[in-house]
Amino acid sequence: MRADNKKKGASPLLALPALSLFAVFALLPMLGVIVLSFTYYDGISAPRSAGLANWSRFLHDSTTHHAIWLSLEIMVLSWLFQTPLALLLGVFVSGRQRYRAVLAAAYFVPLLFSAAAIAITWKNLLDPNFGLLANLTHRLHAGWFPTDWLGNPGLALYMMIFLIAWQFIPFHMLLYQAGARQIPLSIYEAAEIDGAGRVRQFLHITLPLLKNTIVTSSMLIIVGSLTYFDLIFIVTGGGPGFATRILPLDMYINGFQGSDMGYASAISVVLVAAALGLSMLLIRVTGFGRFRSAHEGA
Amino acid sequence: MQRHTLLRPAFVAIVALAALASTGSAASKKTSLQLWTIQRTENTVEKNAAKTYKAANVHVQIFANDPYKQKIKVSLGSGKGPDLFMNWGGGGLRQYVNAKKVLDLTPYLKADKAWKNKFFNNVLQTAAFNGKYYGIPNVGMQPVLLFYNKAVFRANGLSAPQSWSDLINVVTKLKSAGITPFILGGQSKWPDLMWEEYLVDRVGGPKVFNDIAAGKKNAWLNPAVIKANTLIQQLVDAGAFGSNFSSTTYDGTVTATLLGTGKGAMELMGNWEYGAVLQNAPDLLKANDLGWIRFPSVSSGKGDIKDIAGNTSNFYSIAKKTKDPAAAVAFLKKQIMNKAYVKGLIKLGNIPPVRGIAAQLKTGANASFTTWCYKLVQNAPHYQHSWDQVLSPDAATALLTNLDQLFLKQITPEQFSANMNKVK
Repeated sequence: MRADNKKKGASPLLALPALSLFAVFALLPMLGVIVLSFTYYDGISAPRSAGLANWSRFLHDSTTHHAIWLSLEIMVLSWLFQTPLALLLGVFVSGRQRYRAVLAAAYFVPLLFSAAAIAITWKNLLDPNFGLLANLTHRLHAGWFPTDWLGNPGLALYMMIFLIAWQFIPFHMLLYQAGARQIPLSIYEAAEIDGAGRVRQFLHITLPLLKNTIVTSSMLIIVGSLTYFDLIFIVTGGGPGFATRILPLDMYINGFQGSDMGYASAISVVLVAAALGLSMLLIRVTGFGRFRSAHEGA
Repeated sequence: MQRHTLLRPAFVAIVALAALASTGSAASKKTSLQLWTIQRTENTVEKNAAKTYKAANVHVQIFANDPYKQKIKVSLGSGKGPDLFMNWGGGGLRQYVNAKKVLDLTPYLKADKAWKNKFFNNVLQTAAFNGKYYGIPNVGMQPVLLFYNKAVFRANGLSAPQSWSDLINVVTKLKSAGITPFILGGQSKWPDLMWEEYLVDRVGGPKVFNDIAAGKKNAWLNPAVIKANTLIQQLVDAGAFGSNFSSTTYDGTVTATLLGTGKGAMELMGNWEYGAVLQNAPDLLKANDLGWIRFPSVSSGKGDIKDIAGNTSNFYSIAKKTKDPAAAVAFLKKQIMNKAYVKGLIKLGNIPPVRGIAAQLKTGANASFTTWCYKLVQNAPHYQHSWDQVLSPDAATALLTNLDQLFLKQITPEQFSANMNKVK
């Protein structure tokens, strides 16, 4: 029966257009990048063979190592910050009350903005001379309150994590809202008869049944954190010093500002490999590939 | 069948259009030249130069500043670029020259001495490599000056600093009066560089950076560089730049407003800041309270107080692949920095890098400022082009990041030199 079922599936030929697009616009350039990572290439003259020079630089470049560390930090902290908030918000707005629908619409708004618009807005709000925050503290004579959030190397990265969360929590909230709405009400009703309160219902029904959603959302946060670029590029440009120069920014600065496409290519190969490795690891650890529906009757 | 009847007229129309287009270009025998430049106030002058030129059709295309740097690089690399292109001279242009993408203008300049002698030689040098010329200046000179708010100085009983000890004294007094002594857009990083350029010159003279630019061994380890960076950190410690400089982006509307309102007392900036004050804090100029001076001297330093730093100019270069080099050269010679062009620039507050225009500047707008700057350049024994333009893009990026860290006191002057010495 199993073999039969497989044969009845859609013809693999249907995937051909998508696959060929993927091959031409993703795989081919990726191969090109791998080749470039073994060359000196300034973007104008013809590439010259560099042997393993870029790769040995990758092993010794302390700036890049710092960038890797920052990327890891942003990955872990983003997950820790976004997951609980998005989960709670999502479960909250999955309720059918009208005021929750209104709040959901309001929470959803940041998702509609482009990263560039968000970046420019926050940059202006936090401007130490003319920003809203600086203005408020000045008006309230609260000189003790720090206004230099983006200029302090110790704070800038956490500000970035906050801004990224501000941008992406609405999206994950949406995932959790949809997930929570799939949970049959009958389960809650049965629990209520058994005397389970709201907290216990949440911990013993909602949370376990949202497992698949949690895994999906976490995967998106973790792999996505390897591609954060636009927001940080506009708000701090990687500064102050190297405080927010995460790996994708390090790649851009080396390649496009420093005209060293060869080394930038080596960094991007690492980024692709890291994203691929992480997703495969997460799929294995969480059993994403063997997902079972968490719902009754399915 | 219906399809065919619909398609046919469309097809005919396209063929007819194509025919028209080809006869059109055949009829006018004029050469067509593409000119690329960046968005800037001088665009009106550039466009006018193209429009009034009769010998060829010059099409001006304008790009935003930062994307242009990438756009021109990719276009020249792929051989699909313009015939004439704006650039900043220095290391960026040298990259294109080394890749053999730029036309050598030396034979044309040699054949026409009057053309060559029209420009200040120290400006032409920015676009010259190994004794060959590759660019013609297309905007005014941009020396860096020390601007200050005279009213703030009067109120605090101070006078403009002439030496380093004056400067420290002024900083301390302003700081205790609750005024930010120097406005600095540290997040943009390049404003930091102006301090570095001047202090290294004042301490060690022009030779220090000439060695660095020439790629001499251990040139960054020169004690003059370390001394200059020690002075910078001394300023940071004294609170000379306030506490917010590392998150302040350079923006003329912001810095000029800070200067005009007296929140900040001084600013080291290119002469374009005058224009920014004119637009954003006109009252300061009306009250005659905007002051400007040379960068102070450092005691027992080797540099001449008359040396200046800044951008010498921007340039037009000709792409090697152009179909008609003679036409492109003729356009540069006849239209760029001709009488109308120079006049247009002066009107905008520019100081064209052209000899013998002192009298013309005197009768123009903002005469006291422009004539002062013109004399400053004329009398300068050394005009240092901005380091980030002179060095290769790779070294320039490293330089700006290390300066950022130096100002933040994340690295010591010794570490700065060691870091820069490692960059190839």
